[in-house]
Amino acid sequence: MRHLLTPQDFSVEELEDLFVLADDIENNSAKYSHICDGKKLATLFYEPSTRTRLSHETAMINLGGSVIGFPSGNVSSATKGESVADTIRVISCFADIAAIRHPKEGAAAVAAAYSSIPIINAGDGGHQHPTQTLLDMQTIRRLKGRLSDMTIGICGDLKFGRTVHSLVEAMSRYEGISFVFISPQELRMPDYVTDILHDRGIDYEEVTKLEDAIPKLDVLYMTRVQKERFFNEEDYIRLKDFYILDEKKLAAAKPDCYILHPLPRVNEIAPEVDNDPRAAYFLQVKYGVLVRMAVILTLLERN
Amino acid sequence: MLNVGKIEEGFVLDHIPAGKAMYIYHHLGLDKLDCPVAIIKNARSNAMGKKDILKVECDIDSLNLDVLAFIDHNITVNVIKDGEIKEKRKLELPRELVDVIKCTNPRCITSIEHELPHIFYLADEEREIYRCKYCDVKYEENDAGEWN
Repeated sequence: MRHLLTPQDFSVEELEDLFVLADDIENNSAKYSHICDGKKLATLFYEPSTRTRLSHETAMINLGGSVIGFPSGNVSSATKGESVADTIRVISCFADIAAIRHPKEGAAAVAAAYSSIPIINAGDGGHQHPTQTLLDMQTIRRLKGRLSDMTIGICGDLKFGRTVHSLVEAMSRYEGISFVFISPQELRMPDYVTDILHDRGIDYEEVTKLEDAIPKLDVLYMTRVQKERFFNEEDYIRLKDFYILDEKKLAAAKPDCYILHPLPRVNEIAPEVDNDPRAAYFLQVKYGVLVRMAVILTLLERN
Repeated sequence: MLNVGKIEEGFVLDHIPAGKAMYIYHHLGLDKLDCPVAIIKNARSNAMGKKDILKVECDIDSLNLDVLAFIDHNITVNVIKDGEIKEKRKLELPRELVDVIKCTNPRCITSIEHELPHIFYLADEEREIYRCKYCDVKYEENDAGEWN
């Protein structure tokens, strides 16, 4: 039985198989519309989410399966003090596969340790968010035609932004990748991520000004400063509008520098950028469902 | 000078930093073994000033001593057989530490689910870096953990 806790749970070759499967699902959706008949996905969301939960649920429904679960920790037995380990042992009796989101780091790993069904980490605090990474990669792969040989800029909250930790770790396995990390000092990339880059001999630079980085990028990944990750409201207010991408800044970017964002967006991308052909953040949502369908099929071994 | 009788088979753990003998006693699970254990605290040492020593009379294959490599490289492990020192065992850093140190990351799942074992994996052998299995945060010795 396999789980998806981090993108590293799949080799580069297995990821390519998964992306090819997602392509095939997109092109031949009828072939997959009943492949999970009778199967149930449990969505265990201890932390609210619109996109990720609905995307997982849509993915299972598109495959002919059904969905059970809870949309927030407030309506689960967690309010009675039930542990993640106990909850997942119970859910394993109801469902065939589970997607879990939890505000604490490592919660999905705990679920996997006690589960008898495959676990998808749908976000564990500021740690990992692998299905977001896979859909980010599929978006890059489809738009650029490759996952190698490019400079990826990542801008915003790099300290608590779980999507970027997963993305950097995953993309650093491809040839010819370099990174530019754009963040305020307080929100720099954590050392466990930069240690991996050191070990793999991957080039990266850290800057604070978006304008300095933008001309050299092939992909620009913007992130939101997440209020829920701060213990101190003052710090959040000071940092939340540190970066705002607008048309003026984007004018300095390459004509094929695509703009990605995990959404939800607040102020960090001006609405005027939405009409730019390089804006790819709503396309990511579409690829998200397709990639999650491919993940479910792969973990259920029905591909 | 304090004298403790020699053992026939087992281990003599020497050059333990003064005050850490009970910590090691606990982490080797010696409290669970039905065998003679001598704990010598604050023994005089030319090199260290004061040191602790542990003598354990047991089957030499019955104890995994790798955790000592994590606690302190300088601890000397003498393997005793037939009342003689048979070897000075070289210790390797354990791949995993279970309930030896605690994760102090307030965002880690272990911060709210207290029954979970605290598991650290060896992320970088050369630099001796251990990371929490759940949240990947690096262990720093001044995190305190259980070194009190």
